[in-house]
Amino acid sequence: MDLTEFLVKTATIFVVFVLTLVIAMYSTWAERKVAGFIQDRMGPNRAGWGGLLQPLADAGKMFFKEDFIPALANKWLFIAGPSLAMLTALLASAVIPFGSTFRINGHEIVLQGVESNIGILYVFGVVALGVYGIMVGGWASNNKFSLLGAIRAASQNISYEVAMGLSLIAILMMSSSLSLGEIVAQQHGMNWNIFYQPLGFLIFITCSFAECNRVPFDLPECETELVGGYHTEYGSMKLGFYLFAEYINMFISSAIISVLYFGGYNYPGMDWVYSQLTSALGSETGHNIATLIGTAVFFGKALFFIFFYMWVRWTIPRFRYDQLMNLGWKKLIPLAIFNIIITGAAVLFLKPVITAWLN
Amino acid sequence: MQLTNRSKQVSNKEMTLMERAYIPAIATGLAITIKHFFAKKVTIEYPEVKRYLGPVFRGRHILKRDEDGRERCTACGLCAVACPAEAIQMVAAEREKGEENLYREEKYAAVYEVNMLRCIFCGLCEEACPKQAVYLRHDEFVPVFTERDQVIWGKDLLVEDMTNRYTREAWTKEEARALDAKRASGESTNVVPRAIP
Repeated sequence: MDLTEFLVKTATIFVVFVLTLVIAMYSTWAERKVAGFIQDRMGPNRAGWGGLLQPLADAGKMFFKEDFIPALANKWLFIAGPSLAMLTALLASAVIPFGSTFRINGHEIVLQGVESNIGILYVFGVVALGVYGIMVGGWASNNKFSLLGAIRAASQNISYEVAMGLSLIAILMMSSSLSLGEIVAQQHGMNWNIFYQPLGFLIFITCSFAECNRVPFDLPECETELVGGYHTEYGSMKLGFYLFAEYINMFISSAIISVLYFGGYNYPGMDWVYSQLTSALGSETGHNIATLIGTAVFFGKALFFIFFYMWVRWTIPRFRYDQLMNLGWKKLIPLAIFNIIITGAAVLFLKPVITAWLN
Repeated sequence: MQLTNRSKQVSNKEMTLMERAYIPAIATGLAITIKHFFAKKVTIEYPEVKRYLGPVFRGRHILKRDEDGRERCTACGLCAVACPAEAIQMVAAEREKGEENLYREEKYAAVYEVNMLRCIFCGLCEEACPKQAVYLRHDEFVPVFTERDQVIWGKDLLVEDMTNRYTREAWTKEEARALDAKRASGESTNVVPRAIP
């Protein structure tokens, strides 16, 4: 790997990192704004125009609060908990393809932190590690409520990961690739997976709600039963990291949903726009502008799903724990297996018939 | 025994497949919340936007002057007696020769103080006043105190400013009620707010 390639990769990763943080930061603002609007209120509007400086004010507040560690807590693990949560949340954004390529002086730069041929497995691995942050923090607090919250989080995440993985297998059967870039490229020209996998999409989005510990699956931190759940004993920026990690996870899973099911940076009429731009501005600038439009479309999709997360949060009440487990094990997993069988049958028998008929 | 006819029989019937699928119910809920998302917000952004509180709202006190700019108060002390919170204190003085353009009556309040921490804004002082001198303004509140010496309001703050007179649509509750009734029945009422009670 030569130096320029290294520098380019570093810059890409830095941009992805900053973008993730900024989006997560403004998700906290958007969450309150959406909550307010849905409840016929205005939401925060005092700090800056439309309350846009609210995240900065919150961060300042979080930093200047007392950083308290309970006397009987395991000190190192207590600090490791939120750090792990933050780390795993940020790791996952590395493999997401934010757009196609940039052309600078004949070099092709891929808008993706790491172009891995097992991207989707990497995301799954990192997301599965995310539960360690919660588990370690909840256990280290030496508090029964925290421990209960952490146990709930662990069992919930493990249960829903099964259904999530199974729903994903149907996608992998269709794309026969584990690379996220490849999966997006295959959805070019309105071949979005949502049209082929509506059931898989429903299962996947339900599971991602559970993975992010969002309403209606926010049992690990449900205030009414567990005080604050796994972060009962946390304050100051450690609590801030836990909450922030949740919003980063939300962004990551929104991005993954748009990559897997909604064609990532693909949009209708993309080829026409591309040919217009390249003929007008040359194959370099035109290509770059087309890529930027694609990236904007990708972020639009991801932000819509973040909005959807919030919309659902202020609509649906929380599940009971047995209902959660019933839904996960008795409904979603059989449905996901059924979906795999249907997809397999369609790929094996229906696809040759249709392609023969079309030709 | 049936007490009312509003009771509903509890039904534990089996849910249909549609209801158990849960998705239609979620969609209905999401439709309701998105309708509220785009609905007009009910918030009144207080310090910038102030709601009209009616012609007889009881805000801060004012000592009225008459049409010639003379203070109406004669320091009879009935307001202080009526005050359930004992917030009003005054010192009376006799009007000297040449002060006829300042004070309406032969006796006046040299000092008139309202303790705004004690005041409960009940409006008994304005009801007790035989000279229609003390009123609670409908358009201004007592602002937040930040210092102790802001608590007791003397005549410098209380007496009406003749360049910026305090006007009202209705000076008594009866008047206000009559106005309300007219407005409720849809009559066009264009009352000019006036300064003299």
